[in-house]
Amino acid sequence: MIMDKPSFIVNGHKLPWQEGLVVRDALTMMTYTFKMLVIKVNGKLVKKGDYDSTPIPLNAEVEVIHLISGG
Amino acid sequence: MIDREAYFSKRHPIAFPIWQRAVIGIAGAGGLGSIVASSLARAGIGKIIIADFDTVSLENLNRQQFTLQQIGEAKVHALASNIAGFNPFIIIEPHLVKVTPANIETLFGGCDIMIEAFDDADQKEMLIHKWMENYPAKPIIGASGISGYGNNESISIHRYDKLYIVGDLQSKLEDGISPIATRVAIIANMQANLALELLAPHNQEGNDNG
Repeated sequence: MIMDKPSFIVNGHKLPWQEGLVVRDALTMMTYTFKMLVIKVNGKLVKKGDYDSTPIPLNAEVEVIHLISGG
Repeated sequence: MIDREAYFSKRHPIAFPIWQRAVIGIAGAGGLGSIVASSLARAGIGKIIIADFDTVSLENLNRQQFTLQQIGEAKVHALASNIAGFNPFIIIEPHLVKVTPANIETLFGGCDIMIEAFDDADQKEMLIHKWMENYPAKPIIGASGISGYGNNESISIHRYDKLYIVGDLQSKLEDGISPIATRVAIIANMQANLALELLAPHNQEGNDNG
């Protein structure tokens, strides 16, 4: 039986998962450079100060919403 | 004296009474906020709370709902005055203040729905985070990616539970170029239109798409 490689999803893109990944790593892997963000991991809001400490569980669905100036 | 019944004639029998009881918060009275407030006032929302610290300037007139005569006035007061000119029954609560994490609860805690209508991305982020922390059950409708013109098809509503973001999520402001009236108005009215729908969902008995 062939096992799928461990992965997680960011904005619909499948990325390789490993133990110890935090939200900041997901931003780096996606090369997201925007500073103003709303991030949800499995539907739960990640607070602004917690990007370096919030783990990404296996098979997590991460949503990163860029907030762009203009109004 | 305007007759209330005559003014509010031909309104939706189910949705309109709900809108009349609703309180909507709008953070920012610029391009987005001035249009959101005007449209909601015309649609029949009962009360609008709006906060902005800025005054009307000449360069705002390319997209914001103010007049030459209002240059120098506080945007929230100019907007309240404009709305009073076509809807004498709505309650407008203008606050000439910068929205901060410390005053969000005092300003907007009583609102049913929050509309983020800021210009600056850091203000957008601040409000959305604070709102979702404080009021996870109450909808907040933001905007991101509104710059340029055309590209109608790229504008949509992105839903993340109780957070809704209207825009294309990618168009950045170019240096020295303001957002343009048409696209700002589309997005502002999509925010307002969504707020009306969240208050009175179409699946309610007897409601329809009319």
